[in-house]
Amino acid sequence: MKRILIMGANSAIAEHTARRFAARGDSLFLVARNALKLQAVADDLMVRGALAAHTCVLDARAMDRYPAMLDAATERLGGIDAALIAHGTLSDQAACQNSVELLLQEFTTNALSVMALCTHLANRFEAQRHGVIAVVSSVAGDRGRRSNYVYGAAKAAVSAFTSGLRQRLYSKGVSVVTIKPGFVSTPMTAAFTKGALWAAPETVAVAIVRAMDRGASIIYTPWFWRPIMGVVKAVPEAIFRRLKL
Amino acid sequence: MMTGSSWGRWPQCRQQLVALRNRFEPLPESDSMLPFGNGRSYGDACLNADGMLLLTRGMDRFIAWDPESGVLECEAGVLLSEIIELTVAQGWFPPVTPGTALVTVGGAIANDVHGKNHHRAGSFGHHVKEFELLRSNGQVLRCTPDRNPEWFRATIGGLGLTGLIRTARLQMRRVPGIWIAGDSRRFANLTEFFGLAASSDSDYEYTVAWLDCASSGARLGRGIFMRGNHIDHQAPTPRARKPHRFPFTPPVSPVNALSVRIFNALYFHRPAAQCASALWHYQPFLFPLDKLLNWNRMYGPRGFYQYQCVLPGSVQEQDSALRDMLRRIARSGLGSFLVVLKQFGDMPSVGLLSFPRPGVTLALDFPNRGEVTLRLLEDLDAVTRAAGGAVYPAKDARMSGASFRQYFPRWEQLRQFVDPKFSSSFWRRVTGSTT
Repeated sequence: MKRILIMGANSAIAEHTARRFAARGDSLFLVARNALKLQAVADDLMVRGALAAHTCVLDARAMDRYPAMLDAATERLGGIDAALIAHGTLSDQAACQNSVELLLQEFTTNALSVMALCTHLANRFEAQRHGVIAVVSSVAGDRGRRSNYVYGAAKAAVSAFTSGLRQRLYSKGVSVVTIKPGFVSTPMTAAFTKGALWAAPETVAVAIVRAMDRGASIIYTPWFWRPIMGVVKAVPEAIFRRLKL
Repeated sequence: MMTGSSWGRWPQCRQQLVALRNRFEPLPESDSMLPFGNGRSYGDACLNADGMLLLTRGMDRFIAWDPESGVLECEAGVLLSEIIELTVAQGWFPPVTPGTALVTVGGAIANDVHGKNHHRAGSFGHHVKEFELLRSNGQVLRCTPDRNPEWFRATIGGLGLTGLIRTARLQMRRVPGIWIAGDSRRFANLTEFFGLAASSDSDYEYTVAWLDCASSGARLGRGIFMRGNHIDHQAPTPRARKPHRFPFTPPVSPVNALSVRIFNALYFHRPAAQCASALWHYQPFLFPLDKLLNWNRMYGPRGFYQYQCVLPGSVQEQDSALRDMLRRIARSGLGSFLVVLKQFGDMPSVGLLSFPRPGVTLALDFPNRGEVTLRLLEDLDAVTRAAGGAVYPAKDARMSGASFRQYFPRWEQLRQFVDPKFSSSFWRRVTGSTT
């Protein structure tokens, strides 16, 4: 039985990961923006076997409220053993190119708020000398591409930040897991598959739980994204800049 | 727009896909939409050519579960297999399960599915305590047998046409565990089948028969009868094995007259066919094909038709109509090895368009060979019509409008409840309507 905080609990990846935690009887503290959906997720997790599923409605950009949220989670769960940070928005690249305001807003949601929450969690876990911080980054952060470099840049920041944090906490018994999913679809049936590169959130969830349990460092999920991104990263810039990816 | 098909992989049609993620979302803007669950209907009842499909698998949350009373409330995209996974360890099972557990609750209601225990439990609709129906005008109807009863009866078996089923409350049934005990025995002809069915229905929760559709003459109507009950048996739960996957669609279907004849003879004569005391995990007994994902690919790129009819009347009448059908099928050499025969019980179905009714039901697959297959199925329909029976819409991709209207005389009643913005390829085909 573990006590787990989940930020962005309404996201498909977080919800499916939470279902696996629930099935083994973990206690959960769920944070998300939409109260109605969050309660539905919590009710579902209780049916699926969660020992507890507390809810906290919070917009990720309200970073000043993080300490209070973490205090509440600690109190309700009686301590926190692990945290999964899965909130984010899929930025509209074209819109961000035309609005610096939107660009900053997206960067706040997808990068700064993640770093802020990681910082709070790191300090608390460092003090208790155990814990797992799992952060959902993205393969999009491995190299900026014209089609989504605002989102990609935010995820690159998250990947770099968690890499450093992992080193800092290594000797403190705290693991930091960077999760890099590829294309994740909504649940689909065999009749309408989107192609071999698309993975179901259930598949990603299995990989996340395994990575958190063994304290992995960086995981690509599904696994084949590691070699794919290896190739993407290896393309020389002289060629890469001509591509329309 | 994206091309897709149902479980029969025929017809293929293009439709706009909209994935619903939870029960709070309003319906999208469209003049022609249809809920699509897990795509286990065979024909075009779950398709909407050139219209929109509302994919409901994202609505897969449980809402409430009471292990004391066995009442479960969930979103309509939850699969029966997911329910079983949750409840079986606590001694509860879905009261009715079709031959696959990979169907959504919404689909089970919309097709009023039945199972091997129809003679005892009736069909799925009998165990639905309540559901929530979202209409395209934004109205939400809570339906129970007593509240909005006309909507309740129209939506059960209503093929998804009355609106979107968002949530449902079901009464589960108590079971002592995961094991089913019973026996399996060969029968030489239909007379023996009817005898076995009559003598088994009172003592066994589940009864079903496999039939060798390739044999004729003295062997006509031979098969294997299986029956079982949930039992209290202490044995370690078998390790869950990953299901296999039919890996690709062969360019030419390996299912042909010769392979079916050989398979059926081997299957009929295999030692396990005669077993006085058998013990099954519920999975292979109730859902034998769920361990082979995408098995529908074996019929090749043109897919297949499933034909399921019910033949009412006295045992003599059922027997002679069945015999007539089996002779035609054997002569055509078009059948396959998946043939199921089952005696329905007498419980009247809930839905206006429900398929189950007293009589014997025969279900079998036919690889799609174009005109010859369609001609054979039309011949079978002539037998079904003459017998006063019906063909199951959830399995159909070709019955004529005239046949449909004879099989389901209450279709005009249903029409009054069809949402003006909901439609399906099936509905347009059999009613001749354009919307």
